[in-house]
Amino acid sequence: MYSEKVMDHVRNPRNVGEIKDPDGYGMVGNPCCGDVMEMFLKIENNIIVDIKFRTFGCGAAIATSSMVTEMIKGKTLEEALNVTNKQVTKALDGLPEQKMHCSVLAEQGIRAALYDYYSKHNLPVPEGLKQSKTVKCAD
Amino acid sequence: MDFIYLDNNATTPLNPVVLESMLPFLKEDYGNASSVHELGRRARTALEKSRGQIADLFNAKPEEIIFTSCGTESDNYAILGTAYLPENRHKQIITSKIEHHAVLHTVEFLEKQGYPAVYLDVDENGIIKLDQLEKALEKETSLVSIMYANNEVGSLQPIEQIAKMCNEKGVKFHTDAVQAFAKHPVDMSKIPIDMLSLSAHKIYGPKGVGAMYIRKGVKLFRLMHGGHHEKNKRPGTENVAGIVGLATAARRLQNNHEEENKRLSLLRDKLQTALLNNIPDCYVNGMNAARLANTLNIRFDYVEGESILLHLDMEGICASSGSACTSDTLEPSHVLLAMCVPKERAHGSIRFSLGETNTEEQIDKVIDLMPTLIKKLRSMSPLGHKSNK
Ligand SMILES: Cc1ncc(COP(=O)(O)O)c(C=O)c1O
Ligand SMILES: [Zn+2]
Repeated sequence: MYSEKVMDHVRNPRNVGEIKDPDGYGMVGNPCCGDVMEMFLKIENNIIVDIKFRTFGCGAAIATSSMVTEMIKGKTLEEALNVTNKQVTKALDGLPEQKMHCSVLAEQGIRAALYDYYSKHNLPVPEGLKQSKTVKCAD
Repeated sequence: MDFIYLDNNATTPLNPVVLESMLPFLKEDYGNASSVHELGRRARTALEKSRGQIADLFNAKPEEIIFTSCGTESDNYAILGTAYLPENRHKQIITSKIEHHAVLHTVEFLEKQGYPAVYLDVDENGIIKLDQLEKALEKETSLVSIMYANNEVGSLQPIEQIAKMCNEKGVKFHTDAVQAFAKHPVDMSKIPIDMLSLSAHKIYGPKGVGAMYIRKGVKLFRLMHGGHHEKNKRPGTENVAGIVGLATAARRLQNNHEEENKRLSLLRDKLQTALLNNIPDCYVNGMNAARLANTLNIRFDYVEGESILLHLDMEGICASSGSACTSDTLEPSHVLLAMCVPKERAHGSIRFSLGETNTEEQIDKVIDLMPTLIKKLRSMSPLGHKSNK
């Protein structure tokens, strides 16, 4: 079902963990839907110098979280903002159709963490960036 | 890699004795059971012998057994075949919330055609509530369909009581016994079950063959049209090799069911106790139910089921989950939800279902592995520990 690349990231996820006092932090998803992702950023001179994540979710959710951290580490904030789900899934050699909805977390997580960074540091928030939604189960 | 196969409720490995019994009908005795010549007669003899053997297991008559292509087909025939009888048009049908999709989706299909349907609730152990059934039976009902044993958590329903309640009301009763057949023998001379579905591939037989017990006198609307096979009820050239395999598998298992159930429940309980003792925040779904001896459905807070399965798979261990995101709905297992397991916890549930090939050594390996695996996944999870953001 999953590509070798996906399984590699599930087996050995990159950049798992947390960053104390992160410059940007975001949490997206919903435990009721089975996927939650947390993203920690360390930012210096407009560059993501360190990044960590934690994920509660299926193989696709873990692999996309892991892959996206690899893709944006060392990149500028603008470059990070331009990373899309599509690019992440492509870098993983694709995902099964019914798993595509699990891959949106990666992009959302980055954007939520960047929103947190911009707003905490009183920087102008780029257009379209939104605060991460609070994670709560309805029932 | 040597697999540790703990997914026997999904399907079972074909037993070598069963395979052996099938081979003549895949090789030299390939005749069509409807043919008049010697090869045809040999096939017919094997077919009727198998029918008699299955009937014996139920203390029933051979003419009360028909062969089908699978458990799903048997379920469909029992439900649609009853509902489509002219006298049953648009009469109420009662089932439960924890049925296999073969039953659930069939009843939902009828509901869309204007048949009122009742889906009985279950308690936290996955057992239906008899008072609710009694109440539902006050309305004119054509059929009650309640599974014998649930495939996800293993809960055994009070089939004898249900059958008697239906019988008193003159309502037909069908049970999907796909998971219980040959493990929990049923004496049809004692329990008034009208129809029962079974399948070969859950009892170490081949895939793609099933059967149905239909009590003498029970009428069904014909769904398939063709030749005069299976008492005019189910046309199609009989899968003789598969049917012989089904009969061999059923006899083997039922003759040995007490011993095997005991062996499996010891192994299952060992696994269950060890996981509960060695892993914090884990719970058995259906812990206090009368349960299939081989089934353990267990949930681990803060981790997701599929990620557990993938990590087990890396070690050659096969299990399963009612994982949500394989479906489009994001909903976890309908069975666990009906048992009032909260959604976020249902997502962390996995099922170990043991079978005759499992050894204590294999179970010990799983017991060794699980605590580390869950710990790793929990350390990767944003849930369950206060983050220092
Ligand atoms: C309870 C139950 N009913 C029906 C079925 C369907 O049987 P089959 O796979 O033979 O169609 C299964 C297994 O998949 C089952 O577990
Ligand atoms: Zn997912």
